Amino acid sequence: MSVLLSQDFTFIVQGITGREAVNLTRECLDYGSKVVGGVTPGRKGRDVHGVPVFDTVEQVVDSLGYVPDGSVVTVPPAFTKDAVLEAIVRGIKLIVIVTERIPRRDVAQMVELADRQGARIIGPNCLGLIVPEVCKMGGIGGPAKDAAKAYTPGPVGVMSRSGGMTTEISSTLTAAGLGQSTAISIGGDAIIGSTYAELMPLFEADEQTQGIVIYTEPGGRMEAQLSEWVAENSSRLPIVAFMAGRFMDDEEMQGMSFGHAGTIVEGKEDTATEKITRLEAAGIPVVERIDEIPDAVKDKLGAKV
Amino acid sequence: MRFYEYESRRIVERAGIPVTKYGFCTTADEARKAAEDIGGPVVIKSQVLTGGRMKAGGVKFADTPAEAAEHAATILELEINGNMPKGVLVDPKAEVAQEYYASVVWDGTRKCPLMLFSDMGGIDIEEVAEEHPDHVGRGHLSNLVDPPDFRAKEVISHTGVTGSALTRATPILARLARLMRDYDMTLAEINPLAQLADGSFVALDAHMEMENEARPRQKALLDDLGVDPTDTRDPYEPSEFERNVKAIDSADHRGVIQGKDHGFSGNLGLVIGAGGGSLTLTDAVRSQGGKPANYTEIGGNPSVAKACGLAKEVLKKDGVEKIAVMMSIVSNTRVDIVARGVIKACLELGRDPGETIAIFRIPGAWEEEGFKILERYGVESCDRSVSMWEAAGRAVAKIQGVPA
Repeated sequence: MSVLLSQDFTFIVQGITGREAVNLTRECLDYGSKVVGGVTPGRKGRDVHGVPVFDTVEQVVDSLGYVPDGSVVTVPPAFTKDAVLEAIVRGIKLIVIVTERIPRRDVAQMVELADRQGARIIGPNCLGLIVPEVCKMGGIGGPAKDAAKAYTPGPVGVMSRSGGMTTEISSTLTAAGLGQSTAISIGGDAIIGSTYAELMPLFEADEQTQGIVIYTEPGGRMEAQLSEWVAENSSRLPIVAFMAGRFMDDEEMQGMSFGHAGTIVEGKEDTATEKITRLEAAGIPVVERIDEIPDAVKDKLGAKV
Repeated sequence: MRFYEYESRRIVERAGIPVTKYGFCTTADEARKAAEDIGGPVVIKSQVLTGGRMKAGGVKFADTPAEAAEHAATILELEINGNMPKGVLVDPKAEVAQEYYASVVWDGTRKCPLMLFSDMGGIDIEEVAEEHPDHVGRGHLSNLVDPPDFRAKEVISHTGVTGSALTRATPILARLARLMRDYDMTLAEINPLAQLADGSFVALDAHMEMENEARPRQKALLDDLGVDPTDTRDPYEPSEFERNVKAIDSADHRGVIQGKDHGFSGNLGLVIGAGGGSLTLTDAVRSQGGKPANYTEIGGNPSVAKACGLAKEVLKKDGVEKIAVMMSIVSNTRVDIVARGVIKACLELGRDPGETIAIFRIPGAWEEEGFKILERYGVESCDRSVSMWEAAGRAVAKIQGVPA
């Protein structure tokens, strides 16, 4: 088992003829993912690595005779909202938004509409998600052979605000003999489709998952929300956190944003120090080094693995 | 990006929210003229992008145009928290009966705008929320429909306000919510929102911040306000290093590089990436006693020229003795290209790459090719079996002359 993806999961790529999208399609196909169609307006009739290209999502659905399970959206920021609305309205239930620099208003609109239609958004500004040896949706882990090096099947669910660090952490777990159930790059923006707390129920319901590792940064209230969720739901899953960007707490860094758009510190609650205190109060240890993660996870899992 | 008060005032005015008759002036003479036009006592306010101007002497009252000119001359020369004012705002000294607070901000957890209103205006809203929670009304808005008046009315009514104050303040808060959405603001605040002796409402001070990502589509408003597209409104002036890195980045569309050195002054130059990796590595260097000279982010597979340009800028910084080239595992950026770039930078500056590059830790795509090149120049490189923490530690040890 795993969360969100499975062996039979089908998805399309919106913006498939773009340079990055072509690479991503190749990588996903090589990994064994079922990429069943692509959309770029005006490019109907072409193909990308054998994947047929259409003008609209509606045409993909008509041609397939069914609604694909997901869509990876990688179109310029000004066109992203329209592409995502199109996917939602045509019945697609899992949408990964790769695009960066989308204004918050657009993100909030997409997320609210998705909620109403029973769809889920991962991202924006993310690399997607992967179930090791089963399915890779998005650029996460890179080419299939590189993804296979970093990601192996196992009991740990990984959620990260940084795409690259999703792979670094999973690779560290893999080297220590701890595989992953599902690894999700949740996105680096101030508002994202699915936060840690919003994804926790999925991991909670997944038999394969025995523990969670999160990568986190200053900015926002996502960690506070996770702490609250853990306290309110008496979760069976132990969580280990890694906090990057501690240096941003320095006075001379106030008001500056590093790394991701979402890292700007706007209130007392969203500094690294404050977040670490909050997470630890909720029973979530926060390690200072990536290479401490495997031992911290093993400690928490105890006899389980 | 943050707006000056005089710009925020114009934005509020455009949205149909009443303001007092005011003048933005850049000379003492203009201030005298503005005070004459207004007639009666005025207040002169420094236009700076920083708080604490009242305490710093950046706000003064004047009874006559001559006095207004005098104060303006002083304030125009007054530096506040390291910022020189862009001008002064001359405003009538209003006969205020009651001060209110109105704002609309993003609630990141609920993923929608949040309206705030208080009948205790003029002071810090966080303080009011903590000490007098019953004097703060709150209400979330849907992202999918036009902010409705009734939601604003509800929020105001939560503070106990009723009568004509309620009916007059309602459209103001609703318009503020529409303005916040239409202009992609991350913060739209009126404080104080004043009720004058005659019962009418005016925005006495406004504070607006626009999301940087939305600047391209808000060009019409920005042009109208006379905001130059290159005016970043950063809380500090960009350094030479920051300007040069930006120029190198925009000269070549392949890959993305960013550099900051505000607040850094160490001897170890960092050529690092990507977003999360850079944060992690900067912490790892500092936690092990290292002193970063700067912060950088490499991403999206830059060209050799771009990687070289970035490394050169870092090396050229005052006090930089060595550089550490490190990233989290890369899948898109090619290891060999970054390796070529940083070696080229050393050679072009007449430095020995083996001496200058304290450590090269970038595992991932094309790593075998990259490591081969580095070996040829005697640069210590490591793959994913060496953690980011350990790589940072080795770099710190080298620069401090301690064997790793």
